[in-house]
Amino acid sequence: MKNDFRARNHPAYWAFIVHRASGLLLTFFLPLHFWALGQAFHGAAGLDRFLEWTQNPLVKFAETGLVLLLSAHMAGGARLLMIEFLDWRDWQKTLLAAAAGVSLVVVLAFLLNLV
Amino acid sequence: MENLQVRIWRGQENGGFQEFEVPRQESQTVLDVVTYVQRKCDPTLSYRFACRVGVCGSCAMTVNGVSRWTCRTHVDKVAEDNKVEIAPLRNLPVIKDLVTDMSEFFDKWAKARGRFAGATTRKDGFAPVSPESKERKRVDAGIECIGCGVCYSACDVVTWNKDYLGPAALNRAWTLVNDVRDTERAERLAAVAGDAGCHACHTHLNCTERCPKGLSPTAGIAGLKRAVLAATLAGEI
Amino acid sequence: MSRRSEVLLWGAQRISAMVLALCVVVHLITMIYAVRSGLSGAEILGRTQGNVGWFAFYALFVAAVSVHAPIGLRTILAETLNWRGKSANVFSAIVGLSLAMWGLRAVTAVFGGGQA
Repeated sequence: MKNDFRARNHPAYWAFIVHRASGLLLTFFLPLHFWALGQAFHGAAGLDRFLEWTQNPLVKFAETGLVLLLSAHMAGGARLLMIEFLDWRDWQKTLLAAAAGVSLVVVLAFLLNLV
Repeated sequence: MENLQVRIWRGQENGGFQEFEVPRQESQTVLDVVTYVQRKCDPTLSYRFACRVGVCGSCAMTVNGVSRWTCRTHVDKVAEDNKVEIAPLRNLPVIKDLVTDMSEFFDKWAKARGRFAGATTRKDGFAPVSPESKERKRVDAGIECIGCGVCYSACDVVTWNKDYLGPAALNRAWTLVNDVRDTERAERLAAVAGDAGCHACHTHLNCTERCPKGLSPTAGIAGLKRAVLAATLAGEI
Repeated sequence: MSRRSEVLLWGAQRISAMVLALCVVVHLITMIYAVRSGLSGAEILGRTQGNVGWFAFYALFVAAVSVHAPIGLRTILAETLNWRGKSANVFSAIVGLSLAMWGLRAVTAVFGGGQA
């Protein structure tokens, strides 16, 4: 028999889901990102055509989501590297909260500068 | 006190839950509930227990979806709306009702080379190991495991990868890797390397969260990951 | 795949992760700085074109992500879709190579000498 959500309902598991989902979504996003940057082959005008599209509020919203994905994957990943490469610490949940806090701060800083 | 509504798993993998009513008592454990059902309601109910006080590790089951020792779990702590659901451990074949076949769990201890290999005989003197040494402290952190299978049942990587050795076997290997008297370090590191071994661990901390002894197999597995990588880079594996 | 290869793949993913952690921090700071007063093509390219230091930095960034992402993807394929073995390995390798090529193309476009 398999476990259901009740066995998985604890902070480290939520962090795993965030890490896996953000990693997967970022991988899907990368080709798009690279394509957009490739518009620079058409000079400033090429980039401007693309940037105009990003003025759309929906796109800005998605952009902010991407920043959240990136900062969450980075901060959560740093936490995993600490677990795997440094000595064990008993304040795992503090570390988790710190990782969540860092990604939130990054997104807020981005939003403050974006609007 | 109102009677407790208990749902207990009956049969094998394709079985189902059967409902019982059990009188509540003060300081009642989940194992008390199972025992009551077996003695008063249905003597065909199968379950495992021995010591009843958290020493033997044979009464582990899934209580309200979470792997636990039933003898050390008070009904007060887990009952929701006066209801408790009791099922066999996860990730292991169900023999009948609440009894699982733990063969693969213990076979994996052997696969992880969980047996001490020394170079001395009973004729030799004691090996001096300082309680303050780094290795001894690492052994201390993991040595209290009694092999109840709660971590194995709680681990998602075991579910996703049938060959994965699991938290308990890897924790055992880690205590031996840090045993300065042991002579099979390289073989043991090779045995726990790769996708069926320590590197499959995703640091969910399910095992650390659920271990009734408060151990952290995750910490030992992380240590193995580093030790195996170092041995691999040094060409020893 | 041999145990030795599995261990090395794990090591490659963690080492690339360490590189990426630093790259992402720099990338996030740059990004937040860059969007301060809105983005324009001329302003971006003025900052980036022909800048060898940034070119090298982003080439490293692309290389690290091209190692990191496909190894993670391979694990997800195995655990979620139960797709293991040679075909999954080849697929993951192709994803990695494509990311590297596409990424370097983008880096060249933004940080290279000018219009191609």
